[in-house]
Amino acid sequence: MNKKIGFFAFAVVFVFFFLSAVYLHPFGEPSETDMDDYFIDNGQNETGANNVVTSIVFDYRGYDTLGEATVLFTAVAGVAVAFRRLKK
Amino acid sequence: MRGMSKIVRTITNILYSFIIIFGFYIIMHGHLTPGGGFQGGAVVASAFALLVVSYGALKIKDMLKAKNFSVSECSGLLAFIGLGFLGIGTVFFYNFLAGKGGLFGNVIYGINPGDLNTAGVLPLMNIAVGIEVLSGLTLIILYMFNANNPKEEK
Repeated sequence: MNKKIGFFAFAVVFVFFFLSAVYLHPFGEPSETDMDDYFIDNGQNETGANNVVTSIVFDYRGYDTLGEATVLFTAVAGVAVAFRRLKK
Repeated sequence: MRGMSKIVRTITNILYSFIIIFGFYIIMHGHLTPGGGFQGGAVVASAFALLVVSYGALKIKDMLKAKNFSVSECSGLLAFIGLGFLGIGTVFFYNFLAGKGGLFGNVIYGINPGDLNTAGVLPLMNIAVGIEVLSGLTLIILYMFNANNPKEEK
């Protein structure tokens, strides 16, 4: 029984990976480049930063970075709770 | 938790200040070179981790206090959120200092050698996030090291 389930799961995963390999997008030919071109052309003028990655992370997507910082804060709070000292 | 041998402690004495300086360099130049607040904060936190590992949590207790790092972590996150709210006259997280000629307001164009005084609020946000990340990662290390410490950590 276990062997049959294992074979079935293997076949399903194999079919998924095989199809994705067959239908792989041709390398070096991105389909939609409007947003990349906008960032590369206007990032330096709009934010004044040489580093386009920083201008995206902290300016265009600052809200996402706020979430990341909050995730780190929550992780620290979780560690503080897990390693707290119980009153005897 | 005991510290490590004298060789490790000597190398740590030589190296940790340079690691901290390198981390703050990455934080300060986040808008010019690869890196930023998260990466530089992790580098500085690795220097503190080196100190804790080589000297042991008992000896380093007076130098690295968990309470101070907790305060600086919270203030870093609050500074980041506050910088986001300062631009709310236009939109949340608006870059209101860029290109105005004041603080971090120099205008650059095209290929340039890199001016530190540019990019508006991005360097300030990098500093805020860097302080938060370095204190947060150091706090995790300190909490885990103090967990099997028999004496009360205040």
